[in-house]
Amino acid sequence: MTTLMAILIGCLYAAAIYMMLRRSMVKLLIGLILLSNAANLLIFTVAGLERGVPPLIAKGAETVVGGSADPLAQALILTAIVIGFGVLAFAVVLLHRAYEVIRTDDMNEMKGTD
Amino acid sequence: MSRQFNMRSLILSTGTTIILPLLLLFSLFLLLRGHNEPGGGFIGGLVAAAAIALKLFADDYPSAKALLRVHPLQLVGIGLALAALSSLPSLLVGDNFFTAQWWTLPLPIFGDLKLSTPLIFDIGVFLGVIGTVLTVIFTLVEAEH
Amino acid sequence: MDMSVLIALPVIIPLIIGALSLVALNNHGVQRILGVLGTAAVLVAAIVLIWQTWLNGIKVLEVGSWPAPFGIVLVSDLLGAIMVLLAAITGFATAVYSLKTVRKRFERFGYYPLLHLLLAGVNGAFLTGDIFNLYVWFEVLLVASFALLIQGGERAQMEGAIKYVTLNLLSSALFLTAIGLLYGLVGSLNMADIAVRLQQVEDPKMVTLVAMLFLIAFSIKAAAFPLFFWLPASYHTPQVAVSAVFAGLLTKVGVYALYRVFTLMFTGEVDFTHQILLWMAVFTMLTGVLGAASQYEVRRILSFHIISQIGYMMLGLALFTPLALIGGVFYIMHHIIVKANLFFVAGMMYRLGGSFELKQLGGLYKKHPGLALLFMIPAFSLAGVPPLSGFFAKFILIKAGVEAQAWWAVAIALFVGLFTLFSMIKIWNEAFWKKAPEPAIEVPAPYRNTALYWTTGLLAAMTVAIGIFAQPIYVLAETAAQQLLEPQRYIEAVLGGAK
Repeated sequence: MTTLMAILIGCLYAAAIYMMLRRSMVKLLIGLILLSNAANLLIFTVAGLERGVPPLIAKGAETVVGGSADPLAQALILTAIVIGFGVLAFAVVLLHRAYEVIRTDDMNEMKGTD
Repeated sequence: MSRQFNMRSLILSTGTTIILPLLLLFSLFLLLRGHNEPGGGFIGGLVAAAAIALKLFADDYPSAKALLRVHPLQLVGIGLALAALSSLPSLLVGDNFFTAQWWTLPLPIFGDLKLSTPLIFDIGVFLGVIGTVLTVIFTLVEAEH
Repeated sequence: MDMSVLIALPVIIPLIIGALSLVALNNHGVQRILGVLGTAAVLVAAIVLIWQTWLNGIKVLEVGSWPAPFGIVLVSDLLGAIMVLLAAITGFATAVYSLKTVRKRFERFGYYPLLHLLLAGVNGAFLTGDIFNLYVWFEVLLVASFALLIQGGERAQMEGAIKYVTLNLLSSALFLTAIGLLYGLVGSLNMADIAVRLQQVEDPKMVTLVAMLFLIAFSIKAAAFPLFFWLPASYHTPQVAVSAVFAGLLTKVGVYALYRVFTLMFTGEVDFTHQILLWMAVFTMLTGVLGAASQYEVRRILSFHIISQIGYMMLGLALFTPLALIGGVFYIMHHIIVKANLFFVAGMMYRLGGSFELKQLGGLYKKHPGLALLFMIPAFSLAGVPPLSGFFAKFILIKAGVEAQAWWAVAIALFVGLFTLFSMIKIWNEAFWKKAPEPAIEVPAPYRNTALYWTTGLLAAMTVAIGIFAQPIYVLAETAAQQLLEPQRYIEAVLGGAK
């Protein structure tokens, strides 16, 4: 399973970078979305894939018995998703405004500040 | 009003008048049960923001804006202030900064009511999320004009 | 209540003030007063914090009483405290400068709340002892900077912002990836704890790989070679107060993160990692200064010089000797004040001369000799003319380079210093010395600029003071560098010192 996830994550990174290298602004945005998802999945995978073992302490016990899923990694992903959501929402608004001002979707036309 | 929102549907509009208060109540329910069970300020805020977004789609932008009364950014401000201020009560009792404080409020009939700084923090998150989401949505709607 | 709450104040004050000024969205008077008072309060807190850190050593605050390494800690070592103080000075200067320069239109779109949010993010990044928390603060300051950057909505701003946003989001994603891999490697997020556990990792190659990911992520944020293009494309587009606070603080957060990570955590394969840092530093210096030579717009010249200066700061870290780190810390102190001030002065040149283009400016020396003096001090300091702050900063670094026998780096650092002087003289000749071009640009009727003169004057005075009192400042930088070179102290303060 981990190998499969690793391949999937690699594909996501590759697709993200491919999309970011395209000339279209919208594809750039899709690339950024893929990139943040890939990073989240990566954290999820490196923390260890466990199935059906929630990190709950049984009644009367002092600690978790046996292995359990890592709750911290999931908390990290949750935080990163929320932050990513906020930042990408901003990026959508920005691209929309930029399109209205510049009137093009082509990154090659945006050389005014270089 | 832009073209996109001219497709007023009577069913959606009527349904919204019934669902909207329910959704808002549900968002409060999520907010309050959030400490030990699934829920919390974030998800509650999303539900409340979705409710107001529903109003936007069912009726129109001015009525959705009127429903909120204040500018969504002001809501973000209130939420952020609540969340930040919830860090301070711990200093009064001499605990470390941001340590959670719990107070029990004995009420007649209902029994004890537990109040805490995490609750204040969560209410702050609740308001902040509503404000942020609606700022984004309203900005996009205004851009359409 | 002990004094450890001091560490949280530089973060929590701007958050509360920012929230309050967001509530007072339509009352610009209240926002302005809150802006000045809030940043002044942070300045006071920062001074007390650095004083306490100087007296009592590294201070640690376990937020919410969750013990390290499980909870988030805020740590104030001398480097962190110095950075917070510099951020507070820049923030206060910007708030005062904004009173007279920020247009009503921008105030209505939340200029002041965003400024406070930015400062909270910057201070949070300087003080946190948790690597994921560092990521969160980076994002906080990034979101605030995005919004500040596009206020005005002009075409150049949009084009610049797209580049700025894209590269910074790319950097954030790489940062997150690196955190994920590091967490998989050591299973901790507390930086002190990570430093301990990294020494026991069996696979040093993997550690170096993660270190390289951090290097790429942070060097994008610091605008180091080769991924610096977003900076000159965007920094000259917003209003001047925003440019100044960006120029002073944002890239330095990246530099700070490099300093923190490569002195505390990744010191296992110094030969490899710091060699790469050295080459990056050299090329950063060179490309920045050569880029500036071809520009004729004041803010763009200054933007390119940020890049070359970042190279000097990285050089201090790359050489990784005690003297070099002292030089690096000294350089950061000198640079933040000088750079923000130069942008402030550029804004005044625009007000009084009507343009940012050197070709259209002229005769400012005759008309405004005070402004000429205010330009000269930070400009010559930037170029490294004694006895100003920049001279000592460069001198320490170059001496460290000679001692480390990094001849190439020394040669290039000297060359870049010369070219910086050339750039500054170019601005001086064109804007101040030469006759005003005909026909002269219409300048709006003069109005009172006292607040602006005070801001730039005070910052210039600080530059002179750093030069004159170089010895005590050197001792401060020396102590900070010592703490960086002995990460054991930081680790003990975080993991051992707390109850």
